[in-house]
Amino acid sequence: MKRSITRLLMAPSVILLLAWMIIPLSMTIYFSTIQFSSYNPDQNGFVGWQNFEFFITDPAFIPAVSNTLILLLSVLFITVVFGVMLSALIDKPFFGQGIVRVLLISPFFIMPTVNALIWKNMMMNPVYGIFAWISQSLGLEPIDWLSSYPLMSIIIMVSWQWLPFAILVFVTALQSQDTEQKEAAQMDGATGWHIFRYLTIPHLARPIAVVVMIETIFLLAVFAEILVSTGGGPGYDSTNLTYLIYNQALLQFDVAAASAGGLLAVVLANIVAFFLIRAVGKNLTV
Amino acid sequence: MTLNQQRKLKTFITGLFAWTIALVLFFPIFWMFVTSFKTELQAISIPPTLIFEPTLDNYSEVQERSDYIHHAFNSIVTAFGSTILALIIAVPAAFSMAFAPGKRTKDVLLWMLSTKMLPAVGVLVPIYILCRDYGLLDSKTALVIIFTLMNLPIVVWMLFSYFKDLPKEILEAARMDGATPWDEVVKVVLPLSMGAISSTALLSIVLCWNESFWSLTLTASDAAPLTAMIASYSSPEGLFWAKLSAASTLACAPIVVFGWFCQKQLVQGLTFGAVK
Repeated sequence: MKRSITRLLMAPSVILLLAWMIIPLSMTIYFSTIQFSSYNPDQNGFVGWQNFEFFITDPAFIPAVSNTLILLLSVLFITVVFGVMLSALIDKPFFGQGIVRVLLISPFFIMPTVNALIWKNMMMNPVYGIFAWISQSLGLEPIDWLSSYPLMSIIIMVSWQWLPFAILVFVTALQSQDTEQKEAAQMDGATGWHIFRYLTIPHLARPIAVVVMIETIFLLAVFAEILVSTGGGPGYDSTNLTYLIYNQALLQFDVAAASAGGLLAVVLANIVAFFLIRAVGKNLTV
Repeated sequence: MTLNQQRKLKTFITGLFAWTIALVLFFPIFWMFVTSFKTELQAISIPPTLIFEPTLDNYSEVQERSDYIHHAFNSIVTAFGSTILALIIAVPAAFSMAFAPGKRTKDVLLWMLSTKMLPAVGVLVPIYILCRDYGLLDSKTALVIIFTLMNLPIVVWMLFSYFKDLPKEILEAARMDGATPWDEVVKVVLPLSMGAISSTALLSIVLCWNESFWSLTLTASDAAPLTAMIASYSSPEGLFWAKLSAASTLACAPIVVFGWFCQKQLVQGLTFGAVK
């Protein structure tokens, strides 16, 4: 095939993605350095770092960053640890294996707004929820999850969504594990734990790295669950960076500060992306 | 106990354990489904009602309260529209990269992947302002464009990995018979990769259907897909759990079933082929 034709076929994808990357991002950079006012456009002047300063000194900034990181690390820990254990558990055949697998991965396909509302209402409601009923049945005081433990509630919802993803990836990866190797180890008297520790875990090293990085991209951007369930509150207790920027952009219409915050989010994601692309690129064969 | 019995017992305990965890994790979905057939009073009763006469009223009321069909139509148009658009743009690109790889093909693929890493919130302000200035706020057009661009890297990537595995000899034979590149794609490659294309499409539809950043920030009512419609149930006034459950069940059921069928593609697509 001629080089020119190849280029022509690739052009639409490349040009569109280039535009999608460059146009909005340069607008964000521009907005983040000016004073922005929709009403008096002539006053829009260059202000340098002022917007970044404003965004970083906002009382919500520090809580938002720490909430973002707590949410990220907690969900990563829960999904990877339980994901590895559960996928190792359901790897061996047992009664109804196929159904169990389908049940386990289903939460991943529930849309985030539905996820948040099921948990907020039917599970965590302090009066009528299932958790409240369980507490009452055990003679305990029901907990108002969303106001007492807002960030933990969000962590539960998001983990419920992403644990199935981890299971799905690990189960797929385990299917390619060498069964002969396992049998040989068993013959040599290795216990189940030894096989798990010295054969399964090393086999899963790469899938774990991939899951951690893919989830990080999505977990840094958790939004709908917070919007629908806690609204970032009480106070800033469940506000993350994404929600804070949304709040400044569309609720307070502070375009300049929101753009400065957006750029910080881009930088944060790029640090993660750098490692992801290196890991994936190494294994890419063309 | 003989060795055989021991093994059977072990399998039994594993199974029991796995089933318990699976049922606990699935419980919220099960409960949503059950609640959708209750009256509002039964839905909030404590202890929870387990035996009741199922009613379909919620499903008809969802239509009246929030015009379900309108929002379902928006979801279908945006998810299918952007998927078809992404396929039209991606198929030629993936084709040329797979059958005529150049020195920079790998770099182009990795660069495409890197555009996925741009967090949506980083471009929220400009996209919102662009949509506002072009009258695209609360329009399906804006969502279709954004969803297309959002999924384009995944679609190119998945198609590329399928096309790469097609036997090159077939194309050479076609070329000997005088086929143009256009003929090669339409008459040879496409028919051979219908399965690959449909599973890629399935994944793209699932991702669009559940997308909830742009659909919540850019739409209000006219173009609001199901994700945004469900969000309107979060208002604190009154508890409408039964109706919420019915609306949620309708919104999620097709995608959960789709999801069951595209597990493998999902893993490949979302991990960019790093896990197969």
